[in-house]
Amino acid sequence: MSTPVAKSRESTIVQIDGTWVSVPSGINAIEAARMQGKEVPHFCYHPKLQVAGNCRMCLIEVGLPKSGTDKKPILGADGFPEIGWSPRPQIGCATVVTEGMAFRTDSPALREARKGVMEFLLANHPLDCPICDQAGECRLQEHASDHGQASGRFAEDKVKKPKRVPIGPRVMLDNERCVLCSRCIRFMRDVANDDCLGFVSRGSHTCLTTHPARQLESNYSLNTVDICPVGALTSQDFRFKMRVWFLKETPSICVSCGTGCNTIIGSREGKIYRQTPRNNEHVNQCWMCDDGRLNFKDLHSPDRVLTPTVRVRGEVFKTDWEDGFAQIAKLIKDIKPSEIAIVASARMTNEELFITKKIMGVLGRDTVTADIVPRQQKADHLLVCSDGNPNSRGARLLGVSQNGVRLPTITGGINAGKYKAVFCFREDLSAIGVTPEALASIPLLVVTGMIRTPTVEAATFFFPGAGFAEKSGTMINVRDRLQRLNSAIPIPSGACDDWLILAKILKAVGGECPESFDALFGQMVQSVQAFGGLSWADIGSGGVPLHLE
Amino acid sequence: MPIAEKRLILKNLDEPGYTADIECYIKHGGYESLKKAVKIPSAGLINEVKVSGLRGRGGAGFGCGVKWSFIPPASNKPILLICNADESEPGTFKDRQIIYKDPHQLVEGMIIACLAVKAHLGYIYIRGEFPGGAKILERAIAEARQKGFLGKSVMGSGFGLEIFVHRGAGAYICGEETGLIESIEGKRPNPRIKPPYFPAVLGLYHCPTIVNNVETLCAVKHIIAMGGSEYARLGRPNNTGTRVYCVSGDVVKPGYYEFEVGRITLGELIYDVCGGIRNGNRLKAVIPGGSSAKILKAGERYKIKEKMPTGSVFEREIGLEDIVMDFDSLAAVGSMAGSAGVIVMDHTRDMVAALANLNAFYAHESCGQCTPCREGSLWMQKITSRIMRGDGREGDTDLLKSVADNIAGRTICAFGEACSWPTQSFVTKFREEFLAKTGAAKEKNSEEGSL
Repeated sequence: MSTPVAKSRESTIVQIDGTWVSVPSGINAIEAARMQGKEVPHFCYHPKLQVAGNCRMCLIEVGLPKSGTDKKPILGADGFPEIGWSPRPQIGCATVVTEGMAFRTDSPALREARKGVMEFLLANHPLDCPICDQAGECRLQEHASDHGQASGRFAEDKVKKPKRVPIGPRVMLDNERCVLCSRCIRFMRDVANDDCLGFVSRGSHTCLTTHPARQLESNYSLNTVDICPVGALTSQDFRFKMRVWFLKETPSICVSCGTGCNTIIGSREGKIYRQTPRNNEHVNQCWMCDDGRLNFKDLHSPDRVLTPTVRVRGEVFKTDWEDGFAQIAKLIKDIKPSEIAIVASARMTNEELFITKKIMGVLGRDTVTADIVPRQQKADHLLVCSDGNPNSRGARLLGVSQNGVRLPTITGGINAGKYKAVFCFREDLSAIGVTPEALASIPLLVVTGMIRTPTVEAATFFFPGAGFAEKSGTMINVRDRLQRLNSAIPIPSGACDDWLILAKILKAVGGECPESFDALFGQMVQSVQAFGGLSWADIGSGGVPLHLE
Repeated sequence: MPIAEKRLILKNLDEPGYTADIECYIKHGGYESLKKAVKIPSAGLINEVKVSGLRGRGGAGFGCGVKWSFIPPASNKPILLICNADESEPGTFKDRQIIYKDPHQLVEGMIIACLAVKAHLGYIYIRGEFPGGAKILERAIAEARQKGFLGKSVMGSGFGLEIFVHRGAGAYICGEETGLIESIEGKRPNPRIKPPYFPAVLGLYHCPTIVNNVETLCAVKHIIAMGGSEYARLGRPNNTGTRVYCVSGDVVKPGYYEFEVGRITLGELIYDVCGGIRNGNRLKAVIPGGSSAKILKAGERYKIKEKMPTGSVFEREIGLEDIVMDFDSLAAVGSMAGSAGVIVMDHTRDMVAALANLNAFYAHESCGQCTPCREGSLWMQKITSRIMRGDGREGDTDLLKSVADNIAGRTICAFGEACSWPTQSFVTKFREEFLAKTGAAKEKNSEEGSL
């Protein structure tokens, strides 16, 4: 027990449950205990929000070093200060560690105190767990199980409060379940910069509500659902769709803009039910915008095309994959590099872009005109960035992107009938200024994509690809962080992973491509210097910073 | 022979012809202390108050001079002073007398306190239920300003001071100093967590702030007038000065009476000063320091330790009537001097009904911020109301006590104690009455009744 503890200016020595340890200075007792693998139960405390101290669940016993008449700490036999314990329990969230402080996270008195708080929290709670969306990931359930008691003593009528209140377009409020922790209020005020929530009435009748004539409609509103420790705030999109314990959780990243928020994709049996933020201090902390979070509906859209097609004399027919590639191989031979254009997407993964670059090379060294479609948008104060593409940096690094500079040349050329072959990967030419007539008269239009668009319908050959949650790969966010996209659900029957489609196209035009994704990734990280030969595992779930120019 | 009042604060306000006007106040020697105070440096004023031993009259009894010295000396933020005039503790009606009848005494005391702590801005936070009082204070401030006691240069001293009246909206919790501060800031009066929000360091608008009760600030005026050491000779050591006791309930002459602190016992207050229990009834219980104070039961015996001038300590047993009405003595018998609101109950009082009444008050006034008080106060109210409806159940008595025990000591502010102490003490001391209305005894009672 009396092993010496390292001391530095940035660290503070404290005693936690009888053991002296060194913890970073300035943290609170909950975090200090967490570092020792001890959980101090809490509802209102959240590491990213101001301390409120209202739930009273994180009560701990706190002591300070006793000091002698010379004001120096009195040392015990073990060389550590003797502790004078405070008679009242203190809240761990507001207890900032100081030198020589001691605290206990567990004792008979604390167990009694926590039991008391749990009983109070459950007194007026509706106890409607069977039909509550939060069940399974509810702090009230968890702490009741760990710190509560089997039976309640509350035999009075419960307080009635408004239920099923749509306090915004995406969030539903049940005031009876609310434990009044104020996390949502603090988040909207301090993080989302949209102070729109507050409490009205007092005592046990206190209710959460929106400010007069306001709604919870911020693009960050669904974060309140994440941080709500109970079932008071639920997502209107997700509620009642799936019991959370059935969800398979896959760590991945959001592809809705260049920020690349880290996510958890919740899916079951090939269907995505929700997307929630995953903590990454370098990217999104634990937040995510509503737009990005709900941007998975395309994968299950009725407009999704799930069969390769060929267009013959203006009519679209289903075709066989291999037949399609064989015909491309035949047709491309007679077309000069200057008559070929490639419109790729900065929504593609690095691996897909790496093959695209190879296709460009095989078709005509650098004489083929190629670019990506840029997506400039308005950035906000928190996470949404001005680059609407998730992998602009990757497209640039891998030599496919000219930042959109060449795009007018390409669209102008198509409209003028200059190109005999156009490859359009995961983009819609009609959305970037190509006229319907020009689109219909491209002699060889090879398209990959997912959702039916004018370009898909005009394609000479269309190959249905995978959605972001169906494939693996890497992307580089606007801050040059290399991150992994992980497959959460299988690619539906009829579609194919995009790297495989591109590999087949590469072969069809006369190139060589590795046979497996692992080999492809290996070749990419070896041949592109910025990747420095790192491995798939090196990237980890949190990504790695690259040093790009 | 009734013990003579020592009217210091109440000296003038009930004199015939005495008005709230500044002229009247000056005629009676008003603002003489201020004239003296402007010539004394801040540290000297603080020292006088420290020497006086003045303890806060709001309820907690914290040393006033000590509180003032908590202001960080190196702070470059403005220092603020707030007069807590949110007098809402049931059984307490002393500040109201001062505000309505002698507002300049408060204004003068407050100006001196501002000089002492170097506050150039002061607020009087007055409870919403005193609209007349707010008007009187507004007028008094305007008068004081006109006379040069307030404004850019207080009495030509070069010290600028403005005082504003801020009306509450009718919530007991605004009397809690950090709740009061939140309220002035325009927010819900949710008390703040301490640490870090000790008002003297992080108070109103995160500036060092001193919050003093009305009567405390009035006492400051008298301390400067007579000198701190002279004031300290009033009362008893550690319980100096005078206090205004508010006696209500079943006595012949309820009212407010000012005595030297600790120079009167509870028995003398009830029987000699207030004429005893009315209608010839017997004394049953006393709540000695505002409704939150733990109740004292007639016939109880208390073992108290007394320190002799020689330094030796001896223990003696006393009865309720012998309790000296000061901070330390009331704490020693397990209650508190609190706000000096003395509520007297005679033998006809139903203690369950009395507690039900108090619990209804606390359930209504809990701000709802922190869990134990929010849920516990309403729970206790529901139990006592149910018992009063005749639906008492076996075990309710112990349940009440247990709920109260789960609140006290676990809340953000002292409201947790304030709402649980009545239940804890009523249920413990009048257990038989509660048992009679709950469970087996109740069934027996009703069976007998039906015969």
